[in-house]
Amino acid sequence: MKKLTVSILQFPGTNCEYDTVYALKKLGHKTHIVWHKEETLPEKTDLVIIPGGFSYGDYLRSGSIARFSPVIKAVKQYADKGGLVLGICNGFQILTEMGLLPGALKRNNNLHFISKHQTVKVINSNNAFLNQCSKDEILNIPVAHADGNYYIDDWGLEEMERNGQILLRYCDIEGSPTVLNGSVEQIAGICNSEKNVFGLMPHPERAMEFVLGSEDGVRMLKGFQNA
Amino acid sequence: MKAIVNVYLKEGVLDPQGKAAHHALGSLGFDTVTDVRIGKQIILKLEAKDRATAEAEVKEMTETLLANTVIEDYSIEISE
Repeated sequence: MKKLTVSILQFPGTNCEYDTVYALKKLGHKTHIVWHKEETLPEKTDLVIIPGGFSYGDYLRSGSIARFSPVIKAVKQYADKGGLVLGICNGFQILTEMGLLPGALKRNNNLHFISKHQTVKVINSNNAFLNQCSKDEILNIPVAHADGNYYIDDWGLEEMERNGQILLRYCDIEGSPTVLNGSVEQIAGICNSEKNVFGLMPHPERAMEFVLGSEDGVRMLKGFQNA
Repeated sequence: MKAIVNVYLKEGVLDPQGKAAHHALGSLGFDTVTDVRIGKQIILKLEAKDRATAEAEVKEMTETLLANTVIEDYSIEISE
């Protein structure tokens, strides 16, 4: 197994950084929490995770202000060189605001903050993230968001489908697509066309222990060590 | 100078808040309403040498930060 150095970003209002540290340490990796004012990433970073939370109180739009933090410039350079980046929940919102991932995340259709365990179906596993999962596998992963309603125009959707960029869709326990928050095509997770930047609304770092309801997050986060 | 920036979801992008308000208006008997869109208004005070400069600057601010042009449209009104 490859031991990774994982840099986990922290903005004012981030609240999942310690769960993310716990999850990655459980998998045997080395973690650094990187404050948003830093202008460089720790040396030898193998993976950057932008964790969940409410950076800058979700003011203006979720992720819109975090995107201009100093550390983001370093993340962009890192991603442009092919470095692996994962955005979870608010991290996904930040990645779309930065333009590293296509589309945008709008207010949930029912206007509720949705917080529960949710089944998602793996659509593409041929990538650095989900390679330990199988295509069509159903995973049980918690969601907790108000702005998870993924939007992309028809042209963008077609391009993502063609490139295998749709990674996860919300589904029922049998695997049939289910409407959770109004996302286009029930999309829960995507990647960029180069397949080094990943974003998802569900929280794999909260599904690391069977006693806490699910350990399916282990299989998801394990992928990076084989990348 | 004062700039008023109105930001709203693009036509064709479903506005869940507008839809909920539309539904509520209908339940209250206001059945003449055919559509509701909810946006936000951002009021800026700024120093600029003339209107055109102010407008260009506010446009740049809006496209950089105030609106997400993937899903939102905007309008800008400048007044002295």
